[in-house]
Formats: sequence, structure tokens, C-alpha cells
Amino acid sequence: MAAELHVELVAADRNVWSGEATLVVARTTSGDIGVMPGHQPLLGVLESGPVTIRTSDGGTVVAAVHGGFISFADNKLSLLAEIAELADEIDAARAERALERAKADADAAAERRADVRLRAVAGH
Amino acid sequence: MGAQLRVYKRRIQAVTATKKITKAMEMIAASRIVKAQRRVAASMPYATELTRAVTAVATGSTTKHPLTTEIEAPTRAAVLLVTSDRGLAGGYSSNAIKAAERLRERLAGEGKEVDTYIVGRKGVAYYNFRERKVAESWTGFTDSPSYGDAKNIAAPLIEAIQTETAEGGVDELHIVFTEFVSMMTQNPVENRMLPLSLDEVADENSKKGEILPLFDFEPSAEDVLDALLPRYVESRIYNALLQAAASEHAARRRAMKSATDNAGDLIKSLSRLANAARQAEITQEISEIVGGASALADATAGSDK
Repeated sequence: MAAELHVELVAADRNVWSGEATLVVARTTSGDIGVMPGHQPLLGVLESGPVTIRTSDGGTVVAAVHGGFISFADNKLSLLAEIAELADEIDAARAERALERAKADADAAAERRADVRLRAVAGH
Repeated sequence: MGAQLRVYKRRIQAVTATKKITKAMEMIAASRIVKAQRRVAASMPYATELTRAVTAVATGSTTKHPLTTEIEAPTRAAVLLVTSDRGLAGGYSSNAIKAAERLRERLAGEGKEVDTYIVGRKGVAYYNFRERKVAESWTGFTDSPSYGDAKNIAAPLIEAIQTETAEGGVDELHIVFTEFVSMMTQNPVENRMLPLSLDEVADENSKKGEILPLFDFEPSAEDVLDALLPRYVESRIYNALLQAAASEHAARRRAMKSATDNAGDLIKSLSRLANAARQAEITQEISEIVGGASALADATAGSDK
């Protein structure tokens, strides 16, 4: 088995996902970053965006993460977010409606949130 | 039925109805404590990870930040008081308010002006009744606070601390809330939340025997700290709100339990009195009959002679 890293994806009020993975791709303020086992200790600020976790059994977990942090040390990766949803938890139709509503209201923050959710669903 | 007996019967009925209500409230509160405790536990991973991250920055860099720098002679302080929206929870709100009053006196003794921020209708009512100034207040969610509520509360507080004191900002932020120790014990506590002492956070973590590696900061230590500290404050406030909610339910359960017990005692003593009244009534009736009969007997005996 290839090297693995332990991932904890936690939102403010719950533990969203945890498990072993071989690769995690997230979007920081200075661009996308991919973390593999043995990466050097890292602490970064996340942007709203989808996070892709390639699990050790070959599956892929996609989550929509709205702001937060990524920290990696001792082969343990923590993704901290105020709000985080797994792609399968997201109601695409609802996100679509939210996106249209946000566009109509010119609410940039809501538009971005809905957009991130939709991209997470599409990437799944 | 005699008048006395009827009065007792009516009171027993009234107390029984009250007992039913308090019993129901007790059981609702008991089930909510469990839920509230679960939410406190669910928020723990985020808080622990965040504390780790803050520690990492604190130990890994010498960055200064307005939220962590102590001012030499603080002149203004903000106090965030967490009370409940609803009553019938024993001394829950008043204990928290009392703790806030003590803190306020202490701060005033140190020559600081105090701005009060309040969560919960009970605290707001207390301050409004005394016509004290409240900087800002939030109500309507103390039963089950969400992270959004904590964010709403944190925003003006962080803003106030970042504003210059001369322009109406504050130098310190204290929080008064009720700590949930166990089902039976909840203590009102007061903490200084800001300025954050990074050393303290680091100490707390290093006690667990954890040695943190040297981190690579993305994009830079300053930016990470900038983003991290407000989140840390929010998470601390969120934790305080959740603990306060659990304490509120525990306090309400206890208050309602003793109310139910008292109602039971009252019903018992009232039914004793009702029994005595009924017995007295019967005795009186019998003695009236006997008296009447013997009077009758005496009268006929007299006429026979």
C-alpha cells in the first residue's frame, strides 16, 4: 500500500469527514495546493472552493469548503472550515436556485457559495 | 360537601395541574441537555484543531497582531454577558448577571470604563429595567445557538477591539458565561478573551506534551494569523454559547425537578388536610344526629311520664 495521510475535515459544529487519503487538493489564497503523504508542515488559508480528497481505497471525496484553514503536520492533515459540506450532501437543485437568486440580488458572497457547491457536485 | 373540603379539593386540583406542567418541562429540559452536550462535543474537533493552528503560529513566528498586543494602560473594556432568553431556570441568569456585576466593579476599580454586550432576553431586561446602557444585545437563540450566531456576536466585538480607544474602541474583552461542569454543577465564569495571550494558548497545548513542527505558512505568517485570530475568537464565543445553553437546560431541569417535588409535597399535605376536613365533617354529622336523637329520646321519655 502506498503511503497514506490521515485527513480530518471539520466544520465549526461537526466532524464532516475523516479517514485515510493519498492526495488532498485544496484551494488556498495563493492558489491550488496538493498535499501528499510526507509533505512538509504547512499552515495555509483556504479560499471558498471545492476540496478533493483521494482516499486510499481509490475513491474520491469532494467537499465544498467555505473559507477556513489547511494544516498539515506529522502526516495528519486538518481542514478547518466554518461551513463544509460533502458533495453528496449538497442539494444541487437548491444550490442552482440559490445561485439564480444570488445573481438576481447581486449578492456576491451568496453567489460564490452557491457556485462552489455546484462545482463540488459537478466534480464528484 | 362542606365548604372547607371543597376549598382543599380545588387547591389539590390546581397544584396537580401545575405539577404536570413542571414535570413536562423537567423532562423536556433533560432531553435537551443531552442534545446540548452532544453539540458541545461536536464543536470540540474544530476548537482543538484551531487551537493547534494558533499555537503553531504563536510558536513558529514572532508576528504581532492587534488582537494579541496588550496595551500598557487599558482604559476601556467590553464585557459580553451570556444569559438565557427564558426564565424558569432557577438562579441561572441571575448568577451570570451577578458574576458580570462583580467583574464590572473590579474593572471599574481598576479605572476602566465598561461597555456591556448582552446575549439573552433576561440580561437585556435586567439592564433595561435599571436603565443602564447596553452597547449591543442579541436574543432569540440561547436554547440552541448556531455558529452563525457566534459570528454575529464576534464581529462587532472584534471591530471594537481593533478601533482606537479614543474613537470609542475598547482595549479588553471579557466574557461572562455559565460553564457546564456536570448535570448537577454549572458555574458562572469570567474570562478575559482579548487581547489573546498567545503564550497562554501555547502553554496550554505544550502541557499535553505536544511538540509542534516548524510550519510553512501559506501565504505568510502574518496573513495566516490575520485570518486565524478572528476565527479563534468566534470559536471561543461559540463554545461559550454552547456551554451556556447546556447549563441553561441543566439549571431548568433542576429548577423544574424541585418544583415538581414541591408540588408533590403540597398535594400530600393538602390531601391530609382534606381528609381531616372530611373526617371532621362526618364526625360533626354523626354528633348532630346522635345529639338530635337523644334530644328526641329525652323529649318522648319526658312525655311518657
